[in-house]
Amino acid sequence: MRVTVRLFARLRDLAGAGELVREVEAPATVQTVWKALTAEMPSLVQYESTMSVAVNAEYAKMAAAVRDGDEVAFLPPVSGG
Amino acid sequence: MALVAVTRDPLDLQALTAAIAKEASGDGAVAGFTGLVRDHNQGRRVRFLEYEAYEPLAVRALELIVTEAREMWPDARLAMHHRIGRIEIGEASIIIVAASAHRAHAFAACRYAIERVKQIVPIWKHEHFEGGEVWLEGAVADPDDEKARLAAYRIACA
Repeated sequence: MRVTVRLFARLRDLAGAGELVREVEAPATVQTVWKALTAEMPSLVQYESTMSVAVNAEYAKMAAAVRDGDEVAFLPPVSGG
Repeated sequence: MALVAVTRDPLDLQALTAAIAKEASGDGAVAGFTGLVRDHNQGRRVRFLEYEAYEPLAVRALELIVTEAREMWPDARLAMHHRIGRIEIGEASIIIVAASAHRAHAFAACRYAIERVKQIVPIWKHEHFEGGEVWLEGAVADPDDEKARLAAYRIACA
């Protein structure tokens, strides 16, 4: 199945792109997508313990299910305001 | 005017205040907060900030803050606009307006809102300073983190 990966701020810089489309095997979770992504781009691993994740623009947990066509976002610590 | 927004346009505190005051016949207080881009940070001379957002989630997170504030101060109403994109020194990056029957809840809701923005709204500052640039990283965003929410509440009521 196909998912859209969104990356922001420094994660986006490290990956060199803010939006990627990736194929993952079903059934998948956010964790599955992250593992595939970090296998491809090991420099992202540094964010594993401090990032937040979202599925279809809703905050989610790493164990959340991901379905075909979903948008999965990885978010570094925030600094708005 | 939308009470909650993420926008690339300059912010207008007067217009947002007017929007929240429009249906405020029972309110005796409006508190406002404006966050500005300052020219120094951690010893660096800042040139400007570039803000990035995950826009749909940022709007949802702002709406969640409005809901949380309403649960704690039922007579208070909040409006919040966050600007993104390139923002120059001295320009506003965020405006928050809180209206309530009395000043205590208006001030508290306003303070709570800015503390929560810094905790859970997916927006990032890219600081361009003299000699380089850096992404600023603050809180690990987790809307379910009760400890963080209570810390914001305590600051608001201090």
